[in-house]
Amino acid sequence: MSEAASANAPKPSSSVKLVLLGEAAVGKSSLVLRFVNNDFQENKEPTIGAAFLTQKCSLPTRTIKFEIWDTAGQERFASLAPMYYRNAQAALVVYDVTKPSSLTKAKHWVAELQRQASPGIVIALVGNKLDLTNDGGDVSEAAGAAQDESESAQNGEEGAGEEDEVQDAVSGDARKVSTREATGYAEEEGLLFFETSAKTGTNVVDVFTAIANAIPESSLKTGRGTGAGTGQTSLGNRSAEDSRVNLGDRNAATAKEGCAC
Amino acid sequence: MNTQQDPETDGQQPVETSKQPYLSSPSIPDHDGRSDSSEGERPPLPPRPNTLSLLSDETGSRTALQAEATTAISRTDIETQSPEAADSAYSTLAVRGLGQGPKARASLSQLASPRGSEAGDSASIRSSIPNGDPGEVEALFMDFASTAPGSQRQGATGLLDFPEFAADDIDDDGILSEFEAVGELNEEGDNEGLLLQRWKAKRKHYVILSAAGKPIWTRHGDGGLISGYVGVIQTIISFYEDANDHLRGFSAGDTRFVVLTRGSLHLVAISRMMESDNQLRLQLEALYMQILSTLTLPSLTHLFSVRPSTDLSRPLQGSETLLSSLADSFTRGSPSTLLSALECLKIRKQHRHAINNALLKTKASSLLYGLLVAGGRLVSVVRPKKHSLHPGDLQLLFNMVFEADGVKAGGGESWIPVCLPGFNSSGYLYMYVSFLDIRDDIENSAEITKDESVAIVLISPDKEAFFEMQAMRDALVEQMERNGSLKEIKTAIDIGRPATTDIVPGTVLHHFLYKSRANVQFTMSSYAPEFSSVTRRRRLMSMYNNLHASIHAKNTHVKVHHCVSRSATSFGWVTPVFELYCIADPNTNRNALAQSASKIAQWVQREEERLFIIGGAVF
Ligand SMILES: Nc1nc2c(ncn2[C@@H]2O[C@H](COP(=O)(O)OP(=O)(O)OP(=O)(O)O)[C@@H](O)[C@H]2O)c(=O)[nH]1
Ligand SMILES: [Mg+2]
Repeated sequence: MSEAASANAPKPSSSVKLVLLGEAAVGKSSLVLRFVNNDFQENKEPTIGAAFLTQKCSLPTRTIKFEIWDTAGQERFASLAPMYYRNAQAALVVYDVTKPSSLTKAKHWVAELQRQASPGIVIALVGNKLDLTNDGGDVSEAAGAAQDESESAQNGEEGAGEEDEVQDAVSGDARKVSTREATGYAEEEGLLFFETSAKTGTNVVDVFTAIANAIPESSLKTGRGTGAGTGQTSLGNRSAEDSRVNLGDRNAATAKEGCAC
Repeated sequence: MNTQQDPETDGQQPVETSKQPYLSSPSIPDHDGRSDSSEGERPPLPPRPNTLSLLSDETGSRTALQAEATTAISRTDIETQSPEAADSAYSTLAVRGLGQGPKARASLSQLASPRGSEAGDSASIRSSIPNGDPGEVEALFMDFASTAPGSQRQGATGLLDFPEFAADDIDDDGILSEFEAVGELNEEGDNEGLLLQRWKAKRKHYVILSAAGKPIWTRHGDGGLISGYVGVIQTIISFYEDANDHLRGFSAGDTRFVVLTRGSLHLVAISRMMESDNQLRLQLEALYMQILSTLTLPSLTHLFSVRPSTDLSRPLQGSETLLSSLADSFTRGSPSTLLSALECLKIRKQHRHAINNALLKTKASSLLYGLLVAGGRLVSVVRPKKHSLHPGDLQLLFNMVFEADGVKAGGGESWIPVCLPGFNSSGYLYMYVSFLDIRDDIENSAEITKDESVAIVLISPDKEAFFEMQAMRDALVEQMERNGSLKEIKTAIDIGRPATTDIVPGTVLHHFLYKSRANVQFTMSSYAPEFSSVTRRRRLMSMYNNLHASIHAKNTHVKVHHCVSRSATSFGWVTPVFELYCIADPNTNRNALAQSASKIAQWVQREEERLFIIGGAVF
């Protein structure tokens, strides 16, 4: 799991700024909630503005601290998005596998990121709500389709081929966006690709781990120490050090005066 | 259906435009002869400062209101009260203006009173304050008591044991189902009848539509289901508009309709609950403020000037939940909205001072307002000298932060663009929100109730200032941890609101609301244990709504209002300094009531600097 609990020997730790983008209600906040608290809420309220969360992710050689911007998908907040992706090292562009329009929206976000975000940004395309499809009804890990496994994952159960999925022929299958279509697009654009379910947890941690692995070592700024917190913003485990890291970075970037102590 | 036109009380329309006399529902017996009814005017609320004085610079005029002694205040009241005023006051005391049904009236008219023949007045019993020497507070009330009729009730039962108003004849499940969705039309559309039936069962509706008749938002039922009804409302409203007139409200059976028009929007409240037109109108104002808060006034105006038939539900997408949680807090009963005032967390003056200092010390350079809020109760405020905060704006913020789930469930820190219409309706500010976990046992943080959660809210005009605000939050928390403020806040939250008996041992009072008019803040006793359930709380709020409406009825210069009913006694007392509303058992002795009330008032004055934020932190 992503908790940094296993850190007996201190590993180098670095922070990664990550932004989630995508149409309203595709499950961005739910993915973050699953990743950070391993929880799911059936009726999650739309995000207003944006939420900032942190979570550590332990890799064999280092610890990554994600600084996550979970943005609101609603149109009226779209103009604020550049503020969140401007300095991001990674982006999770999310669509809903049961809603074709959300993939279109995702493609717009990818294009905007490629135009406007930092050149080295790692982008993952994520098709969420896999549990609503036939190949996601099962909690088995095989249901998700990572970039290179997508072919085999397709034929997981009941032999639901893409044709069936597209036509919604199999009863109970709400899939409207085929894995092949999305993989094809992701390959063309050089994106990581996953199908996930925030509800069952399928593939959620994998997305973040894959991103952590995909960030070039060179672009990782090493923070001080490993820190003991789990990244929640509660008082108890939020060290002053953590915030100082943020402060430094941001002050440099925005040339704003620091705290007026 | 009876319609009633109400001239704008704010003077835009002269009173004479009221062409039709007020017609009550025919099923209501002999309540129509009240002298004021034919005026067809809704009683305006008394003028209220629209800013928090603690956050306002105009302290000069208000210091004059600082009370030295209760009696001194009473004297002013009494001396300014002419006999005529007292007379007209007397005649307008009944629950007029409340959208109550025949049943509600029936129960009220059962009140025993020596003036039983004056049915309208039997509902509430007022004693005019004598013009003589006011004397001691107790003496004043004694006098008052001697003019009031006996209050012995037949078959009286415990406090609010049964619904006083027909509108409250509902159990917990009933109230909870009020907030349930009516559901959606299925594909065949054959469940429409069932959905409409559920929709009609709701006691409270809000409908917002454009002048062109497009439904913008409704609390219950989607546009498709109820478009016919929205059309009817639109037709009725435009009928009056065509005649260059404003429809302000009308009744249909036991249901009251109140219309508020703002620019290209019509906001309509439909209530079968115990609420006056003015109270409903305040609720509609708050909903309108929420719309402005989402869109800003210029963009709202622009949308409609470009295309009058604009479908506003799209730009408002996502703020429906804010409108709904606001609406539901009104339906559940909100002392804050009723009194147009804010509640503060009670802490010692020196502790509040320490928090103020921490806020000032850690203040980020682009900070506009900084607030520390514990479960909707203000703990401390920091603000620039030249800007005051508006209670209406704070109500929107508190609703967003504590009532609606969107922010809190986000789990982390939030950065939210908001327009605060009271501050400036034409632009956005950016709000940083972080919840503090001040409890020792972090494991069950999920169980933290609304009243226990503490939020730091930092507002900046700079949309890039998130990390600056975050740094301020960290510094502030560190400061407050070091000087023990967090522990004090936690203690204050744990102690909670005092019971009436904590304040006045053995008092007959079961609950009270006290509003400090100068501070635009209120304090109240705890709901628990008697008013913990939704139903009891709703009944309590109905009593207060009724009391508040009576005491603020137009042309009344009522200072003291005593209302006896089968299940409770309510008592209101208004001076230039405060408004005090109390609830006691039926059959409560009036002397005891009056004595307790004045003890509460004295207690508040003694504790003023703990109960209210006076001054606040200014930079
Ligand atoms: N079945 C299923 N439902 C999901 C899944 N993820 C999210 N949902 C539901 O989809 C709805 C929207 O989820 P959110 O996480 O709020 O979506 P969002 O992308 O954050 O939406 P905005 O904040 O408005 O942009 C909620 O009711 C979730 O419970 C999933 O994997 N499976
Ligand atoms: Mg969200």
